[in-house]
Amino acid sequence: MSILINKNTKLIVQGITGRDGGFHTGKMIAYGTNVVGGVSPGKGGQTVHDVPVFNTVEDAVRSTGANTSIIFVPAPLAADAILEAAEGGVKLVVCISEGVPTLDMIKVNSYLKKKDVKLIGANCPGLITPGESMVGILPGNIFSKGNIGLMSRSGTLTYLMVNQLTEAGLGQSTCVGIGGDPVAGLYYQELLEMFENDPETEAIVLIGEIGGDAEERAAQYIKEHVTKPVVAFIAGQTAPPGKRMGHAGAIISSGSGTATEKIAAFEAVGVPVAKLPAEIPQLLKKLMKK
Amino acid sequence: MKIHEYQARQLFREYGIPVTDGILCHTVSDVEKAAREMNRMVVVKAQVLTGGRGKAGGVKLAKTVNDAVSAAKQILGMDIKGYTVEKVLVADAVEIQKEYYVGMTIDRNTKSVLFMASSEGGVEIEEVAKTNPEAIHKIPIDPDLGMSDFMARKIAFKLFSDINLVKQAADIFKKLYKICINTDASLVEINPLVITNENKLMAIDGKMNFDDNALYRQPEIAVMNEPDEDEKKELKAKESGLSYIRLDGNIGCMVNGAGLAMATMDVIKHFGGSPANFLDIGGSSSPKKVIAAMNLLLSDKNVKVIMINIFGGITRCDDVARGLITALDEMKVDIPIVIRLSGTNAEEGLRIIKEKNLPTVKSLSDAAQYAIKAIS
Repeated sequence: MSILINKNTKLIVQGITGRDGGFHTGKMIAYGTNVVGGVSPGKGGQTVHDVPVFNTVEDAVRSTGANTSIIFVPAPLAADAILEAAEGGVKLVVCISEGVPTLDMIKVNSYLKKKDVKLIGANCPGLITPGESMVGILPGNIFSKGNIGLMSRSGTLTYLMVNQLTEAGLGQSTCVGIGGDPVAGLYYQELLEMFENDPETEAIVLIGEIGGDAEERAAQYIKEHVTKPVVAFIAGQTAPPGKRMGHAGAIISSGSGTATEKIAAFEAVGVPVAKLPAEIPQLLKKLMKK
Repeated sequence: MKIHEYQARQLFREYGIPVTDGILCHTVSDVEKAAREMNRMVVVKAQVLTGGRGKAGGVKLAKTVNDAVSAAKQILGMDIKGYTVEKVLVADAVEIQKEYYVGMTIDRNTKSVLFMASSEGGVEIEEVAKTNPEAIHKIPIDPDLGMSDFMARKIAFKLFSDINLVKQAADIFKKLYKICINTDASLVEINPLVITNENKLMAIDGKMNFDDNALYRQPEIAVMNEPDEDEKKELKAKESGLSYIRLDGNIGCMVNGAGLAMATMDVIKHFGGSPANFLDIGGSSSPKKVIAAMNLLLSDKNVKVIMINIFGGITRCDDVARGLITALDEMKVDIPIVIRLSGTNAEEGLRIIKEKNLPTVKSLSDAAQYAIKAIS
């Protein structure tokens, strides 16, 4: 088991004929992901990395039986691509595009809810179930199969954490990059529920950052619903208020969304928070022994 | 992106929300002229892109032209939270019966526009949120329905009982929602919305922030941007594909990825150092970008040491190393540098850097400690 993706994932790539889409299609195939098709309007009938390209998501799903889509189109077109994926019949959409307007994401989330389609992102590195499937732009070589579930708002910080876990002999069930935007698809709460119900996951790492109150809500959810050990890290402990730290969501506004509040919320429900990224493997090992 | 009060008022007026009259002034003589022209009680208000103007003494009531002139003399040039006041708004000071708060923001949790309304207007809403959260009505607006008549009315009835006021308020709420959607606003506030002695609802202050990701489709909003010196530097960095924010420490940081850049700052602080900036060089690792990043770091005279922290994922460490070497060959750097590379092709990257006799360290903690030691 794992969450969201596994060896049965059949993936299509929207924007496969673009530079990024093409490049990462090659990487995903090399990792072992079952990429069954691509979508690029007007380029149906071509192939990229031997993968057939279709004009519409509907055509791609009908011909390949795809159940998941990954999106690499430019930000102004991303919302429409997500809607097309949901309407076209896939059940999970992963949007890599960075810079999608917030109001677009609000519209998209409303439609996907009606269609019962799950979304990861936008502005995220994607997700991976090591050894089975990688849907994203993650460096596959640093992951190893195991029992740690991981969720994070950031990309390279996740890689640093995963690298440490792998070096410490702690493999991962599934790692999900939920993205750095204010309004995104699946968030901590939904993923915590999935990891809690996944028999393969024994412990959970949650990597948060400043901005919003998703970490505080996650802490509350953990207290009420999660029995597995959880450890956390919060980036941005020294960030000044009012400054957007790269991610559109990472901003401390009107005194809320600070790292201090988030750390306190986790500690209050018994979730240890690492002061340094390097402490995560130790904290996990300590909790898992219990 | 933020805009000034006078700009928010212009937008309110365009959408038909009643706003008090006001004249923007840059000099004391402008203020004198404006006060004479308005010929009634006015309020002189500092126009700076920060909150707490009233508390800082940046908002003054003036009964006479002389009062307005002396208020302008005090306010123009004043420093409010690091912002110098370069312009003031001379606005009509209406008689007020009661003040309310009305605002809209993006709610990450319900994934919708959240409408907020409170009878506790005129004060800082953050304060109300802390001391009396029940006094703020929060209503998520269904994105498919928008602000329906009934919803606008329902919210209005939470603040007013007089149907005449309810009708005025509902009309304002609908228009406010329309502004929010049409301009890709991330925050709209009327604080306060007041009842005048004539039983009219009027906005006497306005605040708006916009979604930076949507500025490409909002040219009329984008031109209103008035970046300060630090923001100009940030915008210039953005043109080179860099995300930069200046801080006041002395350790210049160059990192790939926003989360890792924040964590790098945190680790520096943890060991007793002080980061000079947040700098995310993003995914690509071209020498050009590394040069731009180095230039940016060196342009800050406070920077005494440079700490480079790269985790190679899609970015290859050997590419970053080559970029760095090219950058260092082209420019003169006379402060210490410490480099940490790990992930994809780290061995090759480290080999390239070692050939140039630059110091490398294994972990993020080691890098921070090295940088701190180098300047102590």
